[in-house]
Amino acid sequence: MKPVPLLHEPWRSTQRQERAASFGMWIFLGSEALLFGGLLLAFAATRALHVEGFRAAGRATDVALGTANTLILLTSSLAVAIAVEAARAERRRLALGGLLAGLLLGLGFLVVKGFEWHSDIAKGLFPGGAALQGMPGATLSSSFYWLLTGLHGLHVLGGLTLLGWMGLQAWRRLRPLRSPGLEAAGLYWHLVDVVWVFLYPLLYLDGRA
Amino acid sequence: MATLLGFFCIGGFAAAAIRLELFTPAADVMTPDAYNRMFTLHGTVMVWFFLVPSIPNTLGNFLLPLMIGARDLAFPRLNLFSWYLFVSAGLLLLLSLLLGGVDTGWTFYTPFSTMFSNGYVMLAALAVIVAGFSSIATGLNFIATVHMLRAPGMHWFRLPLLVWAIYGTSLVMVLATPVLSASLLLIVAERAFGLPVFDPAQGGDPLLFQHLFWFYSHPAVYIMILPAFGVISEIVTCFARRRVFGYRFMVYAILWIALVGFLVWGHHMFVSGQSLFASMAFSFLSFVIAVPSAIKVFNWTFTLYRGQITFEAPMFYALGFIGLFTIGGLTGLFLAAIPIDVHVTDTYFVVAHFHFIMVGGAVTALYGGLHFWWPKLTGRMYPESWARLAGLTMFFGFVFTFFPMFVMGFAGMPRRYQVYPPEFQAWNVMSSSGAVLLAAAYLLPIGYLTWSLFFGRRAGDDPWDATGLEWRTASPPPRENFFELPVVDEEPYLYHPEATGPHHSAREPHRNQGRNAR
Repeated sequence: MKPVPLLHEPWRSTQRQERAASFGMWIFLGSEALLFGGLLLAFAATRALHVEGFRAAGRATDVALGTANTLILLTSSLAVAIAVEAARAERRRLALGGLLAGLLLGLGFLVVKGFEWHSDIAKGLFPGGAALQGMPGATLSSSFYWLLTGLHGLHVLGGLTLLGWMGLQAWRRLRPLRSPGLEAAGLYWHLVDVVWVFLYPLLYLDGRA
Repeated sequence: MATLLGFFCIGGFAAAAIRLELFTPAADVMTPDAYNRMFTLHGTVMVWFFLVPSIPNTLGNFLLPLMIGARDLAFPRLNLFSWYLFVSAGLLLLLSLLLGGVDTGWTFYTPFSTMFSNGYVMLAALAVIVAGFSSIATGLNFIATVHMLRAPGMHWFRLPLLVWAIYGTSLVMVLATPVLSASLLLIVAERAFGLPVFDPAQGGDPLLFQHLFWFYSHPAVYIMILPAFGVISEIVTCFARRRVFGYRFMVYAILWIALVGFLVWGHHMFVSGQSLFASMAFSFLSFVIAVPSAIKVFNWTFTLYRGQITFEAPMFYALGFIGLFTIGGLTGLFLAAIPIDVHVTDTYFVVAHFHFIMVGGAVTALYGGLHFWWPKLTGRMYPESWARLAGLTMFFGFVFTFFPMFVMGFAGMPRRYQVYPPEFQAWNVMSSSGAVLLAAAYLLPIGYLTWSLFFGRRAGDDPWDATGLEWRTASPPPRENFFELPVVDEEPYLYHPEATGPHHSAREPHRNQGRNAR
């Protein structure tokens, strides 16, 4: 099979192309940071008005599943980091294995999250639900819970699609292992992880100390 | 890639033109509800689907790689993707319009937009979110291009000012747009899933939306006006045959505006109920941001000083821009002062102010830039006397339309009202008849520019004797922009030797940037 070229238009060297890919991704991550930053600011401003309600809603979340998911996502990020390093060293089996592990763990995160959402609805933990009646502010906190976890879930899905697609291409040798796209996708996956690291204490640990 | 870029220009421009067509203001012939929908449509389309993408997506896409000596933007496929996003956002908005429209105003203020409005708010908000993705993608692409693809020797302080302006704009786009997405997402969530973040009955804070919204929408003003600054700098220096006065300060002014633009959003909320201290801080910062804009106006004036000015059509537009922008900017200071702002909030004074900046500024600059680079885009010259006529008509039509608004606004005519007391009628009639003139001036170029595509005189590589790298390649440029990639070893704008300019009667031959390299 003819090897797929690494260098694309309009670049003159692979090194520069690679730097540009991660540079572009970093800019995008900055943009994403402001997306979640805006929402977290709204969260903080609203929480300042209703501290007790937010604490009560924080206590009502399922901290066991949340903690498990934190561990799952952090491990997944580790696997992807290993995969990207291995790809850079042209160690094909390790790279693809790491990607696969990262993907499976990411899927696992979504599955656990799905069960958690399901039980939240069963328990009435949603705005207007039975469990939140008579707790001023808890409705708002729950709004943010659904919005933030939902948006984060979409990002997980996006990251998985990106990693899966690139992994598949690399596996079928349609994409060189050292492709800058793979590294950029890895960066994006770490962002998804970092966002969760912020969401976890804000949504699950509030009111438990 | 030039074909794709050309396609982009046409696509982007056609999209913008269609949207322009859609806007027909006729206050006496519709129901109040329809009137509300109409000004919402006007604001939404003009801001997000015309002004924000206008100069960056048409001129920027084409010129940015040319001006820094690159073959193409850093991520060509991302570029195409952003265009698809933009078109689908346009279609979404069109759909919301066909279904019945939106009546919230372009600002989508809560709690009206979340609890009471019966229009297709969700669809319109989604359209704006998607358009936001598109502008983030474009901004990201521009930033990466400027960082990574400059020609050898093209230092940061040798970049043409248009490149600097677009770079500053891109930074603002990438950092501000996601916050708009976040705030509109909250509205969509509230309407679609009943997550009552802004519902005061549940303890939510409707004012929070205004903070988030203006955190984007004030910087958005600079997204619209910064590229215009860049275009004007290029035109003024070329037709005055003078180096740009204070090049470095022009650059710092752009960056300063981009930075401080993030810190002034509160001046939209002087009457919304924020603390007096916050209002005073925002008022002070709004005065601060006027300083770099003033620096730019003074520097253009000094560039003209002792220049050998010729009045080609782009120069008409540029001089018109300087005048109109100065008025728009100075009335902005009125609004930054809290006591005056409280008096004129939500009146036509505000409407006149931002139209002077947006239309008198950004749109005039777009037309000026389009004429200036038309030979480069198409390889044909536009008909000069028609273009001068259009330029003059645009200036007078504009002043005729919007100056009366200052007067009636100060007298107390509120904005967004369909029915008004009869004492304002004279001013309104003036304004409406001016609008006809203005519309003619906007349509005229579409006609003669199309004509020139087929019958225009052939333009050489460098019809204006201008200095930038874009004039060193063929018109229109070949697919990869340059036959041989340029090398730069000189400062920009070499219209005359450093330190001394030639006498105003003697035109010196200019030197193209990087012409003598190697």
